[in-house]
Amino acid sequence: MDKLYSLSAKSMKELLDKKEVSSVEITKSVIERIEKTDKDVCAYNSYNFENALKNAEAVDTKRANGEALGALAGIPLAVKDNIHVKGLKTTCSSRMLENFVAPFNATVTDKLNASDAIIVGKTTMDEFAMGSSGESSKLAVAKNPWDTSRIPGGSSSGSAVTVAASQVPFAMGTDTGGSIRMPAAYTGIVGLKPTYGTVSRYGIIPLASSFDQAGPMARNVDDLAMLFNAVCGRDKMDAVTKNYTFDGYGDSVKGMKIGVPKEYYGEGVQPAVKERVYAAIETLKAQGAEIMEISLPSTEYALAAYYIIQCAEAASNLGRYDGLRYGFRGSNTSNVEDLYLTTRSEGFGDEVKRRIMLGTCVLSSGYSDAFYKRAKLLQQNIAKEFTDAFKSCDVIITPSIALTAWKFGEKAGNPAEVYAADICTITLNIAGLPGMSVPCGFDSTNNMPVGFQIIGKKFRESDILTVAKCYENAVGGFAVKEF
Amino acid sequence: MNNKYEIVVGLEVHAELSTKTKIFCGCKNEFGAEVNTNVCPVCMGLPGTLPVLNEKVVEYGIRMGHALNCTINRATKHDRKNYFYADLPKAYQTTQDDVPLCANGYLDILVGDETRRIGITRLHIEEDTAKLIHADEFGGTLIDFNRCGVPLIEIVSEPDMRSAEEAKVYLETLRTILLYLGISDAKMQEGSIRADVNVSVRPVGSKEYGVRVETKNVSSFSGVYNAIVYEANRQIEVLENGGELFQETRRWDDAAGKNVLMRSKEDAQDYRYFPEPDLLGYVIPEELVENLKAELPELPVQKTLRYMNECGLSRADAETIALSKDKAVFFDACMATGKCGPKLLSNWVLGEITRVANERRCEISELPLTVENLVDMIALIENKTISNAAAKTVFEIIVDKDEKPADIVKAKGLAQISDSSALQTIVDSVIAANEKAINDYKGGRTNVLGFLVGQCMKQSKGQGNPAMFKEMMIAAIENS
Repeated sequence: MDKLYSLSAKSMKELLDKKEVSSVEITKSVIERIEKTDKDVCAYNSYNFENALKNAEAVDTKRANGEALGALAGIPLAVKDNIHVKGLKTTCSSRMLENFVAPFNATVTDKLNASDAIIVGKTTMDEFAMGSSGESSKLAVAKNPWDTSRIPGGSSSGSAVTVAASQVPFAMGTDTGGSIRMPAAYTGIVGLKPTYGTVSRYGIIPLASSFDQAGPMARNVDDLAMLFNAVCGRDKMDAVTKNYTFDGYGDSVKGMKIGVPKEYYGEGVQPAVKERVYAAIETLKAQGAEIMEISLPSTEYALAAYYIIQCAEAASNLGRYDGLRYGFRGSNTSNVEDLYLTTRSEGFGDEVKRRIMLGTCVLSSGYSDAFYKRAKLLQQNIAKEFTDAFKSCDVIITPSIALTAWKFGEKAGNPAEVYAADICTITLNIAGLPGMSVPCGFDSTNNMPVGFQIIGKKFRESDILTVAKCYENAVGGFAVKEF
Repeated sequence: MNNKYEIVVGLEVHAELSTKTKIFCGCKNEFGAEVNTNVCPVCMGLPGTLPVLNEKVVEYGIRMGHALNCTINRATKHDRKNYFYADLPKAYQTTQDDVPLCANGYLDILVGDETRRIGITRLHIEEDTAKLIHADEFGGTLIDFNRCGVPLIEIVSEPDMRSAEEAKVYLETLRTILLYLGISDAKMQEGSIRADVNVSVRPVGSKEYGVRVETKNVSSFSGVYNAIVYEANRQIEVLENGGELFQETRRWDDAAGKNVLMRSKEDAQDYRYFPEPDLLGYVIPEELVENLKAELPELPVQKTLRYMNECGLSRADAETIALSKDKAVFFDACMATGKCGPKLLSNWVLGEITRVANERRCEISELPLTVENLVDMIALIENKTISNAAAKTVFEIIVDKDEKPADIVKAKGLAQISDSSALQTIVDSVIAANEKAINDYKGGRTNVLGFLVGQCMKQSKGQGNPAMFKEMMIAAIENS
C-alpha cells in the first residue's frame, strides 16, 4: 500500500484491525518517510527505528495470536525529547543533557507502551522547553514544513513538525505556556494542552512544575482524542494528578455558548490572524453556537505573572545540573565552585541562562514579595476571572497566537516581543485550564497557517473536542502540507 | 564563667524519623546499609522525578507536635529551599517555610529541683541530604545518597534556656520523647539527632537579648554542653575586652573543643524559598490529629513526677527510670500487677536487672525475665519469706527461666528462718567461736556487729532472718 505514513492514526488502526496491513509495514513506511524528509525539517534529536521495528513485530505477533491489544496497537508516534523513554537519550535539546540516557520511563511512556504504540523517535524542542519558536534548541532546529525558512513554533517544535510533515500521525508534546498550542498553530495542526493534573508529569523534565502539562498533537481531532485518551489519568507517581477519565466528544455545538473575550483581540494581534479567528467563530455560529462577548480584564497582567512564576520554578528545577552526577561537566573541575560555574556557563544556552537569572532575582530576599508573591496573587485573580466567565459560557475562543510563523532569526535580540506573543496561551497554564489550538486557514500576507484556541472548563476536554470536531467537519477537514 | 553575664540559649534540633521508607519515595530508610544502595531516581533527584509525600512522616511529626504541646497546622504546605551543595542532588531541599506542621508549643524539663518551661517555636518536616564522606586517601569527597530523602523533623526552641546544663537536659528530654513515641532511633552517634546551638550573653538583669551566634555541627550531648560553654565564654571575653559581637555562624569542632567561624551575616545564603509546586497543599483530617493526640503515651517528665509524687521514689531514681523507656515500661508493668511496692522494685530495676541487661548489651524487654516472676519474687522479700541474699539466688534463675519464685524457694530451701530457737543456736555457736570479736564489741568497737551477723548468716546458709540475728546477737552479748 502506498504512503502508509500519511494516513491518520484512525485509518491505520482500521487497516490494522482488518489485518490489511501490518504494524511492521506501517512502521517501515514511517521510517522511510522520516529518513527521506527529516534532513529538510529536522524534527528529531534521535531515532528509535531499531526498537520501533522490533516492537511493531511484537505487536503483529500479538495480533496474529489473538492476544489483547492496546488502543494504539501498532501505530507509530513520536515523543518530545523531554519525556523519558528508558534507554534512549533525553536531551531537552541542551548541551547539558546531550548524552543523558533515561534510566526509567515517564508514566506517559509507560502508558504508550501499554497501548502498544510504536515510538519511532524523540523530537526536538526549544532548549529545556524555553522558547516559542524552536530556535533555542542546541541540537536539531526544526523547520516549518509550510516554509522551511520559517520557525515551526515551540517549544514542542519537533513534535509539531513531524506531524505537520506527515512523518507520523501524531506525537506527544508538552505545554508550559503554549508549547503545544503555539507550534500547532504555526504548523497548521491540532494540539491540546489538557487540564493541569490530567496527564502525569512523572518522567518529564520540568520547566515550570505548576504549569507543565503533556498533551497530544495530531492532524485531526479524532487522532488527537485517541492519543489523549491513552495518556490521561491519575498517576500515583505525580501527586498533582486527579482521577480523570476522558468522556469522549460529540460533533454538534448547537446551543453551546462560546465566550469571546475582547482582551484577546487587541492591538498586538495581527489583523490577518484576527480575521481568520473571527471567520472560525462565524463558522461555529452557523453551526448553532451562541456567541457572546466576555471580558477577562486581568489578562494584561498575565504575561508578567507568568514569566515571574515560570522563571522562578525553572531556576529551581534547573539547579540540579551541576556537573557532579550526570550530564555535561564543565571545563574547570579544580574545585566544586568552579565546577558549578563552568558546567552551568558552558552547558546552558542563553535563553536558559536568561530565565535562571530572572527566576533567581524574583525569589531573592527583598524581591520575592514584590515579584513572586504578587504574581501568585495575580494567578488567583486570573483563575477567578475564568471561573466567573465560565458561569455564562461553555467554552472560550481566542487566537492561539497573535502572529504567524516568522523567518528564522527575525526576532533574535528581542526576547520581550517573543515573550509577548505568548499572551493568548499562558493564561490557561496560569489558571490550569485546558485549551486546544485548531487550524483556521492561512495568513493572507504570508500564507502561513493560523490557529484559534478553544478554552474549556477544568477537566472538560470533552467540550473542547466537541467544538473542534464540529468545526473540522464544517470546514471539511484541515489542510495538510504536501511535503 | 563570669557571673556578671547571663547565657541565653535556643536550640534547633534535627531528628531523623524511623519511618520504614523515605519521605518522598519508596526507598528503605535504614542506617548502616551499604553505601548508595537505598537509592532510586526520586531520592537521587534525577531530572523528571517527582516527590510523593509519605503520610507516616506527617503522622510522626504530629505526634511529636502533640508531645511538645504545639498547635497543629492542618492546612499544611511544603516549600523549596534552594542552594547549591554537593550533598543536595536537586539543589533544593523540600522543607516547610512559613507554615510549619506544628507551632507554638512548650516542653517542661527538670533542671536541678526546678521545672523549667522551654517554648517551642515550631516543628516542621523536611528531607535529609546525602552524606559527604571526605576520603583523604585519594584526596576527594565521596557522596552516599542513602541518607538523601530520609525524613527529618526540625524542632526550634525559643531562646528560653539559661545555661549549658539546661540545654543538655532539654536535648536529653527531647531524645527520650522521640524514643517514647517510637518515631526516631534518636542515636546521636549515628547522626540521627543533630543540634544547632544559638547562644547569646547579656548582663544579668538585662531584658534585651545580646547578639546571637549559631554554632552548627553539634552531635553529642556533651558537645552541646561544651559548645555552649565555649561560645558563651568567647562572647564574654570579647565584651570584657571592649570588643563587638557579630551575628554569625560558627562550626563546632568536637575533637578540638572549640568553634571556628563558618560565615558572617553578610555571607548568609539567600535560600529563595517558594512553595513546592510538585506537592499540592492539603488539609490534614481533624480526626487524625485528634486520634494521634489520644494515643500519646505518658511522657518522661510526667513519669518522673509521678514516680516521685505517687511512688515516693527519690528524684534521681525516678528520673533514671523515666528517662529510659525500657526501664519505665518494665517498671510500670510491674507496678500494674499491684503485687509489690515501688521502692524495692525500683532498687531491683535499677540494680540487678539493669546490671544483667548491660552485661548482655540488651534491653530489659529482651531478657527472658517476666514481670510476673519478678513481682512474685519481690513480694516474697517484702513478706519476709526470703532474704535479699536468697532473692539473688532466685533472681539468677528467673532472669533466664520462666520458673515460679515460690517453687524455687521451696526446691532450694531458701525460705528465711524466723524461728527464734533455731536462730539462737546459731548465735550461741558464733559467740563461742569469736571470743575476740565479742571482746572488741564490749570494748566499744560496735562495728564488729556486722561481722558477727554475717557469720550467723553464713552458718544459716543465708536463710536466717538478718534483722533477728542482729537483735539476738546484741541481746546475747549484753547479757553475757
